[in-house]
Amino acid sequence: MKSKVQISWRGTAVLVYFVLLMLPIYWLINMSLKTNNEILGGLTLLPNAPTFDNYLQIFTDPAWYSGYLNSIAYTVLNTVMSVAVALPAAYAFSRYNFLGDNHLFFWLLTNRMAPAAVFLLPFFQLYQNIGLFDTHLGVALAHMLFNVPLAVWILEGFMSGVPKEIDETAAIDGYSFPRFFFRLFLPLIRSGIGVTAFFTFMFSWVELLLARTLTTVNAKPIAATMTRTVSASGIDWGLLAAAGVLTILPGALVIYFVRNYIAKGFALGRV
Amino acid sequence: MKLVLEAVTREVNGESHLYSMSMALEPGLNVLLGPTQAGKTSLMRVMAGLDRPTTGQVLVDGQDVTGRPVQQRNVAFVYQQFINYPSLTVFENIASPLRLQKKFSNDEIQRRVRETAEMMRIGHLLDRLPAALSGGQQQRTAIARALVKQAPLLLLDEPLVNLDYKLREELRAELGQIFARRNAIVVYSTTEPLEALLMGGVTAVLDKGDLLQIGPTLAVYHQPAQRRVGEVFSDPPLNILPAVFEGGLALLSGDIRFPLPPHMAGLPGGTYWLGVRAHHVAMEAHLGREIEIPAWIELAELSGSETIVHADHRDGSGGEFHLIAQLSGIHNFSYEQQARLYLDPHRLFVFTASGALAASPPRTADQRKERA
Repeated sequence: MKSKVQISWRGTAVLVYFVLLMLPIYWLINMSLKTNNEILGGLTLLPNAPTFDNYLQIFTDPAWYSGYLNSIAYTVLNTVMSVAVALPAAYAFSRYNFLGDNHLFFWLLTNRMAPAAVFLLPFFQLYQNIGLFDTHLGVALAHMLFNVPLAVWILEGFMSGVPKEIDETAAIDGYSFPRFFFRLFLPLIRSGIGVTAFFTFMFSWVELLLARTLTTVNAKPIAATMTRTVSASGIDWGLLAAAGVLTILPGALVIYFVRNYIAKGFALGRV
Repeated sequence: MKLVLEAVTREVNGESHLYSMSMALEPGLNVLLGPTQAGKTSLMRVMAGLDRPTTGQVLVDGQDVTGRPVQQRNVAFVYQQFINYPSLTVFENIASPLRLQKKFSNDEIQRRVRETAEMMRIGHLLDRLPAALSGGQQQRTAIARALVKQAPLLLLDEPLVNLDYKLREELRAELGQIFARRNAIVVYSTTEPLEALLMGGVTAVLDKGDLLQIGPTLAVYHQPAQRRVGEVFSDPPLNILPAVFEGGLALLSGDIRFPLPPHMAGLPGGTYWLGVRAHHVAMEAHLGREIEIPAWIELAELSGSETIVHADHRDGSGGEFHLIAQLSGIHNFSYEQQARLYLDPHRLFVFTASGALAASPPRTADQRKERA
């Protein structure tokens, strides 16, 4: 008897938690399937006449879908570059002692402590002059400012978990350094690279300030498109909600693929 | 091949890990014996080329290889930890040194890997990943990878220390046979005197970064050049007793005196340290020439079919020393029980006050039999 009561309490608690968690997402999806009239008309828990018009408009209007393509382009570019740059740096921090290595390692992290707005003006001015303004590469490079230190930090934790003796054994066996690094070492920190890629992807995906300021048309991110839809005719609520749903999707997808790595990352590395 | 170290030292952050030492190693088994922190690993890393000596030279066949990167040296190294490539199968782990040499056909690699794996008794595990193996099998894989390379210099840094007792004995016996068949310089480090004796060959005794003595294993065991060598090369520890020699007599504390046996007879008077191994301390006199030492039992440990007795000798005037006796069979003692211990004076090592060997017991026929 007693245990039954306990289980039902537990079940209720989980249910409440789950409802609270899902409420905003439900609301967003609900809105995205309604017409503007219904949204403004009153409270309905389910759409009276579900419509995919909002989604259809996003997928057909270049002004909308190019936002997604731009976001994906600079985010992927940023992820690839951040991980590529951070791998050798993290290896150096984890394996070698050099002058001021600890200080440099900490100093890297302090890069993350400044708000992005601090770097807004320098980036804007610089990019205008060297032709990086309104390019995917420009945004990706700007995001590396805070993604590279994070990537180095996470990867260093994973690399330090690999015994140095494996490096030495490989050298004794005759592996050249690049061959050892790509064939033997990288597979050992696969989960670390997965976790790092996920975090750099997410930070770049959700970052708005730099991405919006450093672009106008050609590399304009979806988040910026969303904030600029307030028109003379008012706010298009349904369209915005559909755009919101589509913005959550890539993140959800990435999380789904790296979810096991992240759990491992929490256990082993430095997440 | 001949490996020569000339006045090699190693310092890390101002701390000396190796004091100047020289040695020449020939093909065969060379044991580095010493307690932890003795510098065994540091020395092997210098020999392998993993670390550069701070000063001194490493010569291979007369050629200076100091500072040459390890990739360009033909060595194999087995660590105390089980080090394998986790992402490669056991087969690929063992095959990797051969694949990188690029002079073997695929069939030849197959043949050599299987042969070595059979020898290390992991032939049935070749398709597994190292993580799916037991500790003993992982270390066998690491040793197989070192053996398959047929390097003229094979270094094993306490390879058996992380294995359980049974596996260790088994693998040690196998390794001894494998090394004996190779024409390579095998360097094997250990903290256990017994392991050095079982392995045979040449033993170098190290302590706190110093090379104390190097020579044929039995010679080092029977004639430790210094008191510290005797202590390191003895388990249970060597008993050390202070003594004064005077007019053909030796004096221990508590008015214990005995005439000097033949091997000590020529020594001038003065203070000395007497050393006696624990298995030469008995609870009964058999020969009639033993020295009788009254003592109080402190502790008796059972270890297999042996009893290790720790006892204190105290005389009325503050003189005292500690004795450890290794007795065969199981004996029961109570704390502070009074007992009489017997030492055969013919089995005593004599060290001078500064620790150098002054006399060592003659190696009688029965002693040699005992070792064999």
